[in-house]
Amino acid sequence: MKSIPKFILSAAMVAAMATSFSAVKAATPPDTLVEAWKLDEIISLDPAELFEFTASEIAGNTYERLIGFDLKDVSKIHGEVAESWTVSPDGKTLTFKIRQGKKFASGNPLTAEDVAFSLQRAVILDKSPAFIIGQFGFTKDNVKDKIKQTGPYEFTMELDKPYAPTFVLYCLTSSVASVVDKKLVMQNEKDGDMGYNWLKTKYAGSGPFTIRDWKANEVVVLERNPNYEKPTPLARVIYRHIKETATQRLLLEKGDVDVARNLNPEEMAAVSKNPDIKTNSGVKGGVWYVGLNQKNPNLAKPEVREALKYLVDYSAISDTIMKNQAEVHQTFLPKGFLGAIDDKPYKLDVAKAKDLLTKAGLPNGFSMTMDVRSNSESASIAQAIQQTFAQAGVKLELIPGDGKQVLTKYRARQHDSVIYRWGADYQDPNTNADTFAANDDNSDNAKAKPLTWRNAWDPGPLTAKTRAAVTEQDPEKRAAMYQELQKAVLKDGPFIIMMQEIEVMAMRKNVEGVIIGPSFDTNFVSQAKKN
Amino acid sequence: MASSVANGGGGHDALRFYLTKTAQFVIVLATTLLGLVAVTFFIGRVVPIDPVIAIVGDRAPAHVYERARQELGLDLPLIQQFWIYLKKAATGDFGNSVLTTNPVMTDIANAFPATLELATLGTLIGVILGIPLGILAAVKRGSFIDQFVRVLGLAGYSIPIFWLGLMGLLVFYAKLGWVAGPGRIDVTYSYLYTPVTNIVLLDTAMQGQWDAFWDAVSHIILPACLLGYFSLAYISRMTRSFMLNELAQEYVIAARVKGLSEMRVIWRHALRNAAVPLVTVIALSYANLLEGSVLTETIFAWPGLGQYITNSLQNADMNAVLGGTLVIGAVFVLLNLVSDLLYRLLDPRTR
Repeated sequence: MKSIPKFILSAAMVAAMATSFSAVKAATPPDTLVEAWKLDEIISLDPAELFEFTASEIAGNTYERLIGFDLKDVSKIHGEVAESWTVSPDGKTLTFKIRQGKKFASGNPLTAEDVAFSLQRAVILDKSPAFIIGQFGFTKDNVKDKIKQTGPYEFTMELDKPYAPTFVLYCLTSSVASVVDKKLVMQNEKDGDMGYNWLKTKYAGSGPFTIRDWKANEVVVLERNPNYEKPTPLARVIYRHIKETATQRLLLEKGDVDVARNLNPEEMAAVSKNPDIKTNSGVKGGVWYVGLNQKNPNLAKPEVREALKYLVDYSAISDTIMKNQAEVHQTFLPKGFLGAIDDKPYKLDVAKAKDLLTKAGLPNGFSMTMDVRSNSESASIAQAIQQTFAQAGVKLELIPGDGKQVLTKYRARQHDSVIYRWGADYQDPNTNADTFAANDDNSDNAKAKPLTWRNAWDPGPLTAKTRAAVTEQDPEKRAAMYQELQKAVLKDGPFIIMMQEIEVMAMRKNVEGVIIGPSFDTNFVSQAKKN
Repeated sequence: MASSVANGGGGHDALRFYLTKTAQFVIVLATTLLGLVAVTFFIGRVVPIDPVIAIVGDRAPAHVYERARQELGLDLPLIQQFWIYLKKAATGDFGNSVLTTNPVMTDIANAFPATLELATLGTLIGVILGIPLGILAAVKRGSFIDQFVRVLGLAGYSIPIFWLGLMGLLVFYAKLGWVAGPGRIDVTYSYLYTPVTNIVLLDTAMQGQWDAFWDAVSHIILPACLLGYFSLAYISRMTRSFMLNELAQEYVIAARVKGLSEMRVIWRHALRNAAVPLVTVIALSYANLLEGSVLTETIFAWPGLGQYITNSLQNADMNAVLGGTLVIGAVFVLLNLVSDLLYRLLDPRTR
């Protein structure tokens, strides 16, 4: 058979080809940090529009905000672009002084004109995060009068009510309040869009890094901003979109990336045994909870809600499924927020739960469903809950679905229960109180749809208390009001709040100075370096 | 067409054949695409995912949500939405992707070359190895090599590509270091060339960036071999059965009786006849790979069509899904045409 040598020859050629590429360099360039991360949620890089974790983090590293907070003690607020500020006696006007001598990456000077423009632009474009600034009474029509430049380095904000100054300032720390380069943005304006279509994929900021390139579903490249006052040790930071976590792990262990962002607990445990790899973690503002729809007559009974809170094995879940990813936390304000308390009255107690169910007239339990996002930790947590619910006769049927599918159902209030994660929108306690403790309109066609609404819960007097807390001028009194709200929701709310999130990054040993801040836009790489 | 063949093809008839064929192709392409658009469009609109959330996010206030919904035209009746889409599509405007904000065809022009590169290499490997292996197995039926090919084929069918891909990475990338890891090219090289065709191997070679070229080869070789293996498994199995069928025919016995060499009998006579159905098999296998193999693309962080469409589907980004479906539909019709033409070349009876 003469064809055999031919075949062997071709096979040998392929083998030879495969072996000849052994000169593969591990290790990334010394002045470049490469992170493996799931990036497919980025839809915009415009600070007036971006609202996802990934895009917010990128904005945090590339834009400067008016105000910043101390990453170790969030209660300490400082000026970032602002040098100082004063509040008028009636509490309704804030006057900001801008630091002089700052420059954008483009070389244009940064003045009060840019700051006022950025805030006006966010309100006028009115994209998803605009409400964070808009909630102080700014609308498309009035914002140019209410937020006004009063000098080259001074501008004022006139609020519709005397809000708590801390509330206003915390909101100004979020990425929607990033300062954009007015001149550059307006050069790229088309049909009065304030540069919106341009800035979606481009960059006009003054932060430590500039955004050089974004290829959707592939890569985001940051490059050192030469005009930033404290030059970054790294020349560039590259975020590579790697969807598969096992692939992230391989790349990290091989040294082709320096940081892996999405490893699961098992992968995290495995890489931590590698002497070339270390892990860093930080407590984040996200909480994991189960929402109980009050349209379900069983779940509407207070005893049932409380019984179910006794039917979750909090510590087992956080020690196993969510090891290094979350810690037990049961109130709606995560640690690090003004007024947060860390009460943990609930633990797995089947006998107590059975008593409560008997009181509710359901001594033999009942059946309910839970919508679960199939591609995340939720599935494992839900299975653990299913087991402990069953111990008191509560038959839980899990309905797995794709992320957006579960969300669509949840937003339409068509679930019995749902397991979900909530992340704070900005660093002020109102962000969570507004969604866990207030519901202005519980009707099906309400305009605002906070989590209380999604679970069809009318918190009664708590709504008014939540509204009162945002205008309380005394920070201590304000904190006390949030403590009271947390206790009330903990006792009676339709939320089984289980855990507060921890973010862990696995990185090469030689990486230093990557900061994991308390919010998703405070993961900073500006002072990161590689030894 | 049949009559022109019966008349015995002169130049005039050949022209008529190609004209008929072109007309047929255009009609088939148009109906296929229209059908695809209609089915995908209506399925997409009943999927229980709210596409507005993908744009505005979960936290958007009601008025922002409502405005985005109107911008997408989702408040209009379904038929009207479909009509608007068709009208725009006819002018070449397939809308913008919600997720990437780019025009859908720009996105596909980025993603498809990545898939094309991988699928073509994979198919080449499958054909170059699969056909000789299949022939060998058929000729030496029952021998060790036959058993080997059958096991190889069986494994190709039953081992999940996901697992094999990860194992491949673990062994050849992580442990042995023979090949580069996931991705199309190292970051160091990624800005050394300007993307023209978006086929990295071609772009780097044409611009003389040979370091970048070899780096890209080192990246593609493992996923290409993986896809090649799966297409090999299919192609070798089919080749084997086609060849067995031909080798049992009387004309083969006649050829052998005439004293032709075994090589001549196999390559000239049997394979020639087996080649006709084999072309369809190869075209199908190629088309399958061109759809984009989602799992392979995911493991190897390959920004191809499979990942693009899956991600779009999960976010109800229907413009992107429709655009992707159209491209895949067109690829299928085109490959069908190519295999038709190859038939004509290989099988004198169809002339």
